[in-house]
Amino acid sequence: MRRSRSVLAGGVLALAAAFLVFAPLGLKPYGIFILSMWAVMTIAAIGLNLTLGYAGQISLAQAAFVGIGAYITAYLTTKGWPFWSTYLFGGASCFAIGWLLGYPALRVQHHYLAFVTLAFNTLVYLIFRNEEWLTGGIYGISNVPRPSVLGWSMNGAREFYYFCLAHLALVSAATWWLTRSPWGLAFVALRENPIRALSLGVDTRRYTLMAFALGAGLGGISGALYAPLVQFIDPTPFALGLSLNLLLMVVLGGSGYFFGPFLGAIVAVLLPEWLRFTQGFYLMGYAVLVMIMMAFSPGGLLGLADRLTRPAPRTGTGAVAGSPEAARSEGAG
Amino acid sequence: MADILQLLVAGLATGGIYALVAVGFTLLWQTSQTINFAQGEFVMLPAFFVLIGMSYFGLPFWPAVALGGVVSVVVLGLAFKRLMVDPMIRHGVLPLVIATIGLAILMKEAVREFYGADAWPFPALGATTDVTVFGAVFDVQSLLILAICIAVVVALQLFLGGTVTGRCMQATAQNPTVARLLGIRVERMILYTFLINAALVWVASLLITPIYLAKFTNGEWLGLYAFIAAIIGGFNQARGAIAGGLLLGVVDNFAAAYISSQYRTAIPLLILIVVILFRPQGMFGRIEERTV
Repeated sequence: MRRSRSVLAGGVLALAAAFLVFAPLGLKPYGIFILSMWAVMTIAAIGLNLTLGYAGQISLAQAAFVGIGAYITAYLTTKGWPFWSTYLFGGASCFAIGWLLGYPALRVQHHYLAFVTLAFNTLVYLIFRNEEWLTGGIYGISNVPRPSVLGWSMNGAREFYYFCLAHLALVSAATWWLTRSPWGLAFVALRENPIRALSLGVDTRRYTLMAFALGAGLGGISGALYAPLVQFIDPTPFALGLSLNLLLMVVLGGSGYFFGPFLGAIVAVLLPEWLRFTQGFYLMGYAVLVMIMMAFSPGGLLGLADRLTRPAPRTGTGAVAGSPEAARSEGAG
Repeated sequence: MADILQLLVAGLATGGIYALVAVGFTLLWQTSQTINFAQGEFVMLPAFFVLIGMSYFGLPFWPAVALGGVVSVVVLGLAFKRLMVDPMIRHGVLPLVIATIGLAILMKEAVREFYGADAWPFPALGATTDVTVFGAVFDVQSLLILAICIAVVVALQLFLGGTVTGRCMQATAQNPTVARLLGIRVERMILYTFLINAALVWVASLLITPIYLAKFTNGEWLGLYAFIAAIIGGFNQARGAIAGGLLLGVVDNFAAAYISSQYRTAIPLLILIVVILFRPQGMFGRIEERTV
């Protein structure tokens, strides 16, 4: 049974990878743009999944980090800096700010943490909107250039899509490695039972900060790609709405599952475009789907798939979790 | 001096409204560990119930208000409890939080789709004239709002402290297990807090909508202010939420007048962060113990 499960999963993955590589050949530029947007948002959601899904720290500030990464990249590249320096600078800045934002998480948990991060997101948004000398205020920054790799220009929609996809692949590989390393296990321990983790010698303080910093850093990288993708940024996309949306992506896909963010971003970024004819009803349907999922399968879509294909039912450990990683750490702990 | 007095009264009036919303919010938390992220939309919606009553059913204002109250209590109280909170609360706090975020989106989009994205005028409850006291010009509307808020809060406190049902509700909030052992019908008491919350947001909606007009996005900042008020005051104390709401209204008004209208929203948020970092239990709250 276990074998057929992994064969099934491998088949789905291979199909998805083939689709991602070959899809742009048959798509118009707008379709490619949307697919690139999916890749960029998935990176941000992967970051949030590290913070929320693995380490169990709720954050409503991911949009702020996407915004900070995007603004740093847009501001510096339009001033003539090379893309790679702004990219690294954006990611590193978000990592540092994320580390600082982690400090409240050492003192407060759950809904308090949700509100601190929510307040942080709104403050960052206000700065984007009001500090016109730096961010261009509501007019934003336009004509953000696209980078070139080894002299090969990424200006075309298709080239830039592969650029984003390559980043997504790199980020996925790094995260895959991270979640299977002792660090990833420490994150899960933090989520499942912080006090027990502490008593077993896990430095919960350091890992909490690290969970925030890594999640924020990936948010920054996502923003650094967002700015050259859209080529124009203004404060609106980085308001609280995006943070809530990213949170819903992670949870709907399956928080604590490696592929949860990919799936969640499909529902939140790709499906609205395909279902454009439904207009406002799409968001209503999305909201209802979220509520139904929370009532019947808090593990999200992947949690549901897991439950449907798992041979012998195992009881989850409550919270949003109940993921295979959780089960493994339970067995190991 | 006159300016300051005017700002103070106007601030207390909006603060009173925040307090009503925040009290409902803390009641739900105390009895059922529900964090309602849709609380702001709960305030936005009753005004539209009233507008629908007036425009589609041709009711005069006051019957429409009454209809809005009944619909609010049934939909935002009873249905919310039975259809959303009951099936989800067993999964813990977080799934319910996320589900209420979904509910907020649903309510907002439904209003936009079925009623419209415009800001609709909403009749004021009383005369919109000014009175002059000691050289300061007061808006009668603000005074009326403040009076209604005080009346509602006092009535609620009398109910919670002075009646058997109210005391049973307090017992449920403090220790559901012991309350159940003492023969209190805990489930029913929890349901009552949801009905009270629905009534509170209905009153708040009637008070605030004439000022800011009825718009589907109203819930976004209303909800945020209610959370901030609840946290500043103390999440587990009704009187904390009242003080937090009033303080927030006053600070917000003074900040807009004297500091910066651009960064008006930032001041309450900064207060929120400082309170959470240095006094997470709020001004009046008790510290909640962590369980292993």
